[in-house]
Amino acid sequence: MAAYPSKPTVRTAAPQTLFDKIWDSRLVTPETTDAPGLLYVDLHLIHEVTSPQAFAAIEARGLSVRRPDKTFATMDHSTPTTPRARGAAPTYASNAQRQQVERLEENCRRHGVRLAGWDSPDRGIVHVIGPELGLTQPGMTIVCGDSHTSTHGAFGALAFGIGTTEVSHVLATQCLLQRKPKTMRIHVDGRLPTGVAAKDLILAIIAEIGAGGAAGHVIEYAGPAIEALSMEERMTVCNMSIEAGARAGLIAPDVKTFAWMVGRDHMPKGAAFEAAKQSWSRLKSDPGAVFDKEARINASSLSPMITWGASPDMGMPVDARAPRPQSPDAAKALQYMGFQPDETLMGEPVQTVFIGSCTNSRLSDLRQAAQIMAGRHVKPGVRMLVVPGSERIKKAAEAEGLDAVFKTAGAEWREPGCSMCIGMNGDIGRRGDLVVSTSNRNFAGRQGPGVRTVLASPATAAASAVAGAIADPRKLMEMCGAA
Amino acid sequence: MQPEPLITIRSRTACLPEPNIDTDQIIPARYLTVTDRGGLGETCFRDWRFDKAGEPTGHALNSLDARSHAILVAGDNFGCGSSREHAPWALLDFGFRAIVTSTAADIFKSNAAKNGLLVAEIDAQSHQALLSSPGEVVEIDLEASVVKSNGVEAGFQLDPFVRTCLMQGVDPLGYILQQSEAIQSFEARAST
Repeated sequence: MAAYPSKPTVRTAAPQTLFDKIWDSRLVTPETTDAPGLLYVDLHLIHEVTSPQAFAAIEARGLSVRRPDKTFATMDHSTPTTPRARGAAPTYASNAQRQQVERLEENCRRHGVRLAGWDSPDRGIVHVIGPELGLTQPGMTIVCGDSHTSTHGAFGALAFGIGTTEVSHVLATQCLLQRKPKTMRIHVDGRLPTGVAAKDLILAIIAEIGAGGAAGHVIEYAGPAIEALSMEERMTVCNMSIEAGARAGLIAPDVKTFAWMVGRDHMPKGAAFEAAKQSWSRLKSDPGAVFDKEARINASSLSPMITWGASPDMGMPVDARAPRPQSPDAAKALQYMGFQPDETLMGEPVQTVFIGSCTNSRLSDLRQAAQIMAGRHVKPGVRMLVVPGSERIKKAAEAEGLDAVFKTAGAEWREPGCSMCIGMNGDIGRRGDLVVSTSNRNFAGRQGPGVRTVLASPATAAASAVAGAIADPRKLMEMCGAA
Repeated sequence: MQPEPLITIRSRTACLPEPNIDTDQIIPARYLTVTDRGGLGETCFRDWRFDKAGEPTGHALNSLDARSHAILVAGDNFGCGSSREHAPWALLDFGFRAIVTSTAADIFKSNAAKNGLLVAEIDAQSHQALLSSPGEVVEIDLEASVVKSNGVEAGFQLDPFVRTCLMQGVDPLGYILQQSEAIQSFEARAST
């Protein structure tokens, strides 16, 4: 266990933010004007894309992995998601993907790093399996060569993405050179209306503050609407913090967090868990703690959101009209998407629907999509991919028959992985396709050259698959009595 | 890998005024299946520079040599999105040695610094002036932390540590390794 320090945090006179508490507890050496501080890393997650050059770098210097016990690897980006019989060899898109995955297997073997590989029932998207296996714990510092590492902040861990050179630093020293980031609190009042998901909330927040709105800051999400979210929903919110430019996103752990974590494989058990809970309970911002920046948003007035452009901050309610561009950038984005100013996007024909990614591939996401799909069919001509976030999620979804719902509806039920979110494994759209996607980035070409991505919640994506066009999920929800 | 020391950079500029240029534009994800870091220049801004048939587009980046236009002046929030260090690797291999912008994304900035790619964040007015005159000769002086051209003189803030690393070609891993004792005693404290 690498839990929050058993000693109480030093009580200082000034009230501290949650971020300050974790930061201070993990500083090996403080920063000075001349040099950054040295921050200790409690959990280092690695995958095949951003680690090969890091292993090569430490080996070139004759170094080894300092703490294999604090390092955990999985393979998710380059791995095929096409259905595969148990024990059968995976069919890679090309040799490049195969070599990348095999390199990870070799590196992990050589350095004694645990790997959730092809044969493991634990394999999955790195930000899905961390929490699922109980590796992710409150108060930890967690890094990964992957910008969506912010996901783990949902558990009150300070989690952020790093580059490959930094991956080599952590492999060799378990530490990172860091300047202390600034803090931002986003206070969310009210409560999400029925039919409006956590994905809609985070898309609304990013639309409000902008793609660089939280640059240099660690966001703490707080307020009644955040407290009301489930752990899966909190992960969706924290996941997309980077889309607002934030270093990380955090939510203070509470009884819901502890209830979700108890009993998971890598969690302390019994009395040790109870003791850890005591220390984790202190992980919250003190009353009167000062943040460098504050923003407020009311959840009660939100609608399902979609994006109209090629940046995650170009979002709007599903029933709104595309904006009149106020900048050359917005005009270029609208043109790329093939949308007209003032046009209603509902009813816009969709060719592909993707449900998956570290943002929205958890059991609750699949359930929401399945609820819409049950008894309905994917519009002929539309391709729908449903990609669970992990082997465990896949198994759980199959146990409750969700796979059958999707398959009966005409969707493809896939093996776990990042799939069409990043399209590295061959799962991409065709040029010109309009894709409604539950992933996190709608950058031009992200899902394949010339592919146009609309970000949305699992319910909106499922409703769009049924309609064969961008659709408001609330109408279908009313019909199935979910509202 | 030890980056080359940087003292001053003097070169013509290439200009990409778009804000929020994400790392998927700098290097599309389909080129991330590599296991080394060399030779990524041809993938740099690949989908801006080549059409669906693989033919060069009319993009300005196709009509200049980045080795003689080694300073890229780019729009706000440059390098947002993915943490891929392949982005600075591709930019450097393409020929760029410095990025001048108003703001750059955090992870990109950190990755760039570790590879000897200078990121200078300057004030909005000077930034606009440079963006409006592509091809101009610009000099970036690290010692003085100033970006100079005919008509523009803009200071920029650089983390003193990053500056030292850039100017002396220091690899920060060596610096961390020197602190092994502090790391050991931290681990001893944390495990009690």
